[in-house]
Amino acid sequence: MDLKEKLVSSFLAFENHVDIDCQIHDIRTEAIKTFETEGFPSKKDEAWKYTSLNSILKQDYSVFPKQENAIEYSDVKKYFIHDIDTYNIVFIDGKFASHLSQTTHDGIDVCLMSSALNKPKYRLIIENYFNKVATKDSLTSLNTAFAQEGAYIHIPKNKLVNKPIQILHFSTGSEVALMQQPRNLIVVDENSHVQIIERHQSLSNNPVLTNSVTEIFGNKRAIIDYYKIQNDNVNASLIDNTFVNQKRESHVSVHTFSFGGKLTRNNLNFYQNGEHMDSTLNGVTIIGDKQHVDHNTLVHHIEPNCESHQDYKGIFNDSATGVFNGKVIVNKEAQKTNAFQSNNNILLSDKATINSKPQLEIFADDVKCSHGCTIGQLDDSAMFYLRSRGIPEKEAKALLMYAFANNVLESVKIPELKKRINGLIANKLGVNIGFDL
Amino acid sequence: MLKINNLHASVEEKSILKGINLEVKAGEVHAIMGPNGSGKSTLASVIAGKEEYEVTAGNILLENEDIEELAAEERAHKGVFLSFQYPVEIPGVSVTNFIKTAINANRKAKGLEDMPANEMLKLIRSKSEMLEIDRKFLSRSLNQGFSGGEKKRNEIFQMAMLEPKLAILDETDSGLDIDALRIVANGVNKLKSKDNAVILITHYQRLLDYIKPDFVHVLYNGKIVKSGTAALAHELEEKGYDWIKEEVNA
Repeated sequence: MDLKEKLVSSFLAFENHVDIDCQIHDIRTEAIKTFETEGFPSKKDEAWKYTSLNSILKQDYSVFPKQENAIEYSDVKKYFIHDIDTYNIVFIDGKFASHLSQTTHDGIDVCLMSSALNKPKYRLIIENYFNKVATKDSLTSLNTAFAQEGAYIHIPKNKLVNKPIQILHFSTGSEVALMQQPRNLIVVDENSHVQIIERHQSLSNNPVLTNSVTEIFGNKRAIIDYYKIQNDNVNASLIDNTFVNQKRESHVSVHTFSFGGKLTRNNLNFYQNGEHMDSTLNGVTIIGDKQHVDHNTLVHHIEPNCESHQDYKGIFNDSATGVFNGKVIVNKEAQKTNAFQSNNNILLSDKATINSKPQLEIFADDVKCSHGCTIGQLDDSAMFYLRSRGIPEKEAKALLMYAFANNVLESVKIPELKKRINGLIANKLGVNIGFDL
Repeated sequence: MLKINNLHASVEEKSILKGINLEVKAGEVHAIMGPNGSGKSTLASVIAGKEEYEVTAGNILLENEDIEELAAEERAHKGVFLSFQYPVEIPGVSVTNFIKTAINANRKAKGLEDMPANEMLKLIRSKSEMLEIDRKFLSRSLNQGFSGGEKKRNEIFQMAMLEPKLAILDETDSGLDIDALRIVANGVNKLKSKDNAVILITHYQRLLDYIKPDFVHVLYNGKIVKSGTAALAHELEEKGYDWIKEEVNA
């Protein structure tokens, strides 16, 4: 039985465990039909031209893990930003791990999707927001069909959330191969501000496939900073589908740091429903071996006087492959739009590949839109400069790559997180640069 | 200190240095002058170990050791320093962090531990004061947005920190106003000792009013065609290079 058939037939088993007499279940039923009709995307689909899922779909994944697996905090502490106080929503093999989590209902809701879907007090939010910005493509539909667990974050108006929220997914390897489909909903109301860090981490070498969907709603004047740390081991693959719906005067940024994993696909979509807002999409990708990272972004400018900024940097070694497909749509009504997009890449090996494709669809006539894409090697004269100061080749390369990625790091607003990412970069480049970056 | 014998070098098959002979002893200052395109910067880069240049004949001895096979960083570890004509911008790496990295890389090559932080701080403070460098300047990204003068002063600051045996200053005077030139020249003079040597590459006599050379060489068409004392620099300033070209071509 291939994975598609397995998933479709699992849906019946899934129905035995959830309330099927609610509105959510109608959405799920609709979604599984979509997935059944469309199946997994293939390279024939324009949006998947450079990313093939074939090799990762061959595994015989467990769709529902059988047991709950306990892990000790001391074993996974290093994956937390632990030197500052944070809220934590932690999952082990897809199941909520209360002993590692710190949730809250004190003025804000930082808790679980499963409770939000089932408890009456969340019904209004669920009705208004759940599956409202997620698209109906096959992978998102697949996630919607099995939507049950994940993070649920609701920040009512006028709240400045005083500590970052971490969403962590661990997989233990107790299953030979595991497929997870977390579903997150984040609603930030008027004038509120929140910072969120998301990370997926496999603790074994068994294959893991995560097909995640996150819906983010930034209401009037909301500020949301979302950081994704993708540094998983080489047998873990991630398809991240994130949808952001912004209202007027809101500021939403998503930073994606992709250093690990076997195959990572980021479908990041912004919809600007209002005026005077900005959207920021930043990414740093540093990969080697046969790793593959694909950033597929969309910014849809719907109304006038808005901005978007995209800055993606990639460093590719060995036989690694990267894809950047950045689409910007400016509606006819969206006059005075400022949309910037830049994608810069360094190839460190003859076998590394990057496919970079900006797509601008502009229907308004009074806009500023720019895009730029570069692909190059490290600058020889810069290398000579550093080496002539006694800095060995390897460290000199690392310094230059750090400098290359630096302006993306500059915009990380949590100092401890920035420090951690600096550490991951130094580690990924295999050097100790000799100072706190 | 430095002995160059019959050095030939080319880049992308194009021959640039065509038989250079030069001996620089400890405690000496040599000036290398010459018209544009004569090979001055190439000579500096070849001594410092830039890989794009291929040495096709001859050799370079530093304290009697042939350094031609050594990488740029290994030459730096042995005390070679090149002040760049066009220093490279490195965003996100501050002047302080850069020099710390360089100092500790040099120490590591000598089998020494990292310099203790307080010692480093003291050293940075004293050298930056000597070159009249503002504290704020040190936390800026290396060479990014620096004026021409700031870049050159920063080069000499690095030289002061690294204390090389052989310093090659490639057009350090270009782009400097008279005050900056004085500060930079004072810095170089303070760093001069009987144990180290300086090679100044310059178009103009101006710098040599501040840093007195023991010898002046004229490089033309890949060869040293004339050597003399400081008086030669004055003669060049007055008469230009044409008479030298005529002498060579005669």
